[in-house]
Amino acid sequence: MGRYILRRLLQLIPVFIGTTFIIYALVWAIPGNPFAGMCGPRGCPQAFIEQMSQQYNLDEPLPVQYVLYLGQLLTGNFGETFNGIEVSTLIQNAYPVTLKLATIALIVEAVVGIAAGILTALRGKGFVDNLVLAATLFLIAVPVFVSGFVLQVVLGVQLEWIQPSVGSDPAIGELIVPGIVLGSLSMAYIARLTRTAMFENKRADYIRTATAKGLAPKRVVGIHMLRNSLIPVITFIGTDFGALMGGAIVTEGVFNIHGIGGLVFNAIQTQEGVTVTGVVTLLVIVYLLMNLLVDILYAALDPRIRYD
Amino acid sequence: MRKRRMVAPVAATLAVGLLASACGGGGGGVTEATGTLKDPITVQWGEPQSELVPTNSNDTFGSQVLNPMFTGLIEYTPKSFEARNAMAKSIALSKDKKTYTVEIKQGWKFHNGEEVTADNFVRAWNYGAYAPNGQQNAAMFNRIQGYKEVHPADPDGESGPKKPPKPTAKKMSGLKVVDDHTFTITLQDPFSVFPTKLGYQAFVPLPDTFFTNREKFVDHPVGNGPYKFESRTPSESLTLTRYKDYKGEDAGSVDAVKLLVYNKVLTAYQDLKSGNVDVINTIPTSALANGRWKQELGERAISRERMGITVLNLPMYQEKFKDPNLRKALSLAIDRKKIVKQVFNGEATVADGWSAPGIPGRTDGACGQWCTYNPSKAKELLKKAGGFEGTLTLSYNADGAHKQWMTAVAGSIRDTLGIKVGLNAVPTFSTYQDQMDNNEMVGPFRYGWVADYPTPRTFLKPLYSTGGSANNTGYSSKKFDDLIAQGDQAASVKKANELYGKAEQQLGKDLPSIPLFTQTVKGAKSNRLAEGTLNTRTNPAITTFKVAEPQQ
Repeated sequence: MGRYILRRLLQLIPVFIGTTFIIYALVWAIPGNPFAGMCGPRGCPQAFIEQMSQQYNLDEPLPVQYVLYLGQLLTGNFGETFNGIEVSTLIQNAYPVTLKLATIALIVEAVVGIAAGILTALRGKGFVDNLVLAATLFLIAVPVFVSGFVLQVVLGVQLEWIQPSVGSDPAIGELIVPGIVLGSLSMAYIARLTRTAMFENKRADYIRTATAKGLAPKRVVGIHMLRNSLIPVITFIGTDFGALMGGAIVTEGVFNIHGIGGLVFNAIQTQEGVTVTGVVTLLVIVYLLMNLLVDILYAALDPRIRYD
Repeated sequence: MRKRRMVAPVAATLAVGLLASACGGGGGGVTEATGTLKDPITVQWGEPQSELVPTNSNDTFGSQVLNPMFTGLIEYTPKSFEARNAMAKSIALSKDKKTYTVEIKQGWKFHNGEEVTADNFVRAWNYGAYAPNGQQNAAMFNRIQGYKEVHPADPDGESGPKKPPKPTAKKMSGLKVVDDHTFTITLQDPFSVFPTKLGYQAFVPLPDTFFTNREKFVDHPVGNGPYKFESRTPSESLTLTRYKDYKGEDAGSVDAVKLLVYNKVLTAYQDLKSGNVDVINTIPTSALANGRWKQELGERAISRERMGITVLNLPMYQEKFKDPNLRKALSLAIDRKKIVKQVFNGEATVADGWSAPGIPGRTDGACGQWCTYNPSKAKELLKKAGGFEGTLTLSYNADGAHKQWMTAVAGSIRDTLGIKVGLNAVPTFSTYQDQMDNNEMVGPFRYGWVADYPTPRTFLKPLYSTGGSANNTGYSSKKFDDLIAQGDQAASVKKANELYGKAEQQLGKDLPSIPLFTQTVKGAKSNRLAEGTLNTRTNPAITTFKVAEPQQ
């Protein structure tokens, strides 16, 4: 197990270098001078453009730029944005909010999704099953910006139960509605995934054996059936956490949450390569670690799965 | 912010209590509780593109912070955009019309206690102009004697391969400190409206701490204006508090203002509707349709004239567009009135010239007959120009709200002239600016300009003079250049404006670009504010904010 984890961690290095290089090259390869639009319709003086290009090593060839950037990154320096703010400060401000939001979304989707999945799988075809099917279909069909906006207007502007936007240092309570919006899509997928997996395992030999041995139905479902059925669900939840960390752009925009999603979005718009690469690097690490965690969880769920 | 929801009911109960016990007193407590550092007035804002240094910041979000933080020699009144003395006690012109003697008011201090002296102005301007400092607003100082030495011009233009030579001086010879409160500005050539220009953000004084510790200044800017920097969380918010010892006229009355970064215009709008933010200076397109925002906001809606203009620039470096008949045909084919009515719901003014309609000293109607919709004459002129083969491509940047009206303009030209018209959406403004700089536009392209200072010249010289700093049509007319130069040397501002007007009329003969319309400044304020003016450059004028008396 220890060797397995070590090997996985070593794999991080090439993935890390590869992704950061691709991102770095892509961001700076966007046509047009990133500083050309900074001075409004007047255009920027040549001296300004030159000074900025020098500051961000843009006058060097791309591989040299990248090595310089990587060297800086390895010493823990994420660089500065075009308006003179440390990227590390931006990340420090944005990460806790996004982490809170993603965690709330994850808890909501896991709890509600798995519960709905179990319920429909055990009851079999009937009213509840149809209701959940229709509800999940609805959730999958409605885009996040619609559901987010509707909740914002109804709960925030009309009923005044919540604030239409989230403050700068939000408490958990403020993030619950945005969290539900963010998790709603995955919630539907988890419900369906759980339901299908449970259905499959319902007729499996080991379940019949367990029932034949005379185990209590609760134990059959809770320990034997659920544990096996959760493997695909856990895989999904693991990668979804990574997606939630980086992909909350729409939700964060609707509720004015100053998280990672909006940070990356704005940075891409202003061609601010330093911020984009810095944040994406962190996202890559989150993805890799979540995948590792998921793989390790497999063993706990199904002891037949072994490493090395 | 969460607190405020509670403030209202609590205050209401208090007020009722006071009335019931016949104490009177008017519940002044509410006025004191708002606008303080604990419960600041909140304003919609966005992350500035550049660092918060007056000579190196050019975007509206930057000036939204820098304007209340710094006071220059001259300031522009937020309501009428007229120039008046601020830190300047007097600005006297010499007989040769080239040297100004500036006397500044005494006793003014920077927020850190340093006294503002003539030296603070001279050092700041020299810093801004010096090429190796790479300041965005360097060109603002180009009229001052010695600018060429500190900021040599690129010998083959910006896009050429050659690099400009090294500066031969560090300071402009035209700036001289006489004593602590007097300095002189000598210009290369006479420039009649120069003092008017001094209210622009780049001309403010900088404290000594800026030069000794620039990095610290960028994190915590120190100005001499009515509001001082309190704190900032990058990409979230910035708080300004009132500088109690401010000596100027526009001192402001609200103690603390918090600028909140909004990534979506719609969110700010929803927040305003539910009293979560106090001033917004944009209205989402979805709320503009059928004037819905005015119905929803009622008295809270703000709409006023803007000191800016939208034009359709013509790439005169392309062979096709060298024919004035074609340019005129295109202008005559655009039904501006219909577009203003249908696309903007009447929230815009049809352009009749190249400068903004409300600018002081303007000559009206410079565009004359060429800016009125006239289908038959348009067709006639197109014929004269030998028709138009292929597709006329109109360009705009897709990251601004231009698609709708550009589509309408394209439609109007297509329907009137019966030629093929296509739209080219350039993804970002940055790429768009790059294409304009490098003369890469294939057809007409949209352009917007906002006044830097209150004279019609600000709309003419940079855009249409030969080699002007924002001339991207490639237009060059000796007559126009001469008229501007004569205006610059005129004896009075009035005379100068007349000559600038003549220059504008010259544009009416040549039509290097097609004037379209001026959009209005649109925004809104919450009920917490009795007054919350937006200035003519769409920025909330913080010093005009007044907290509303509680309603009984």
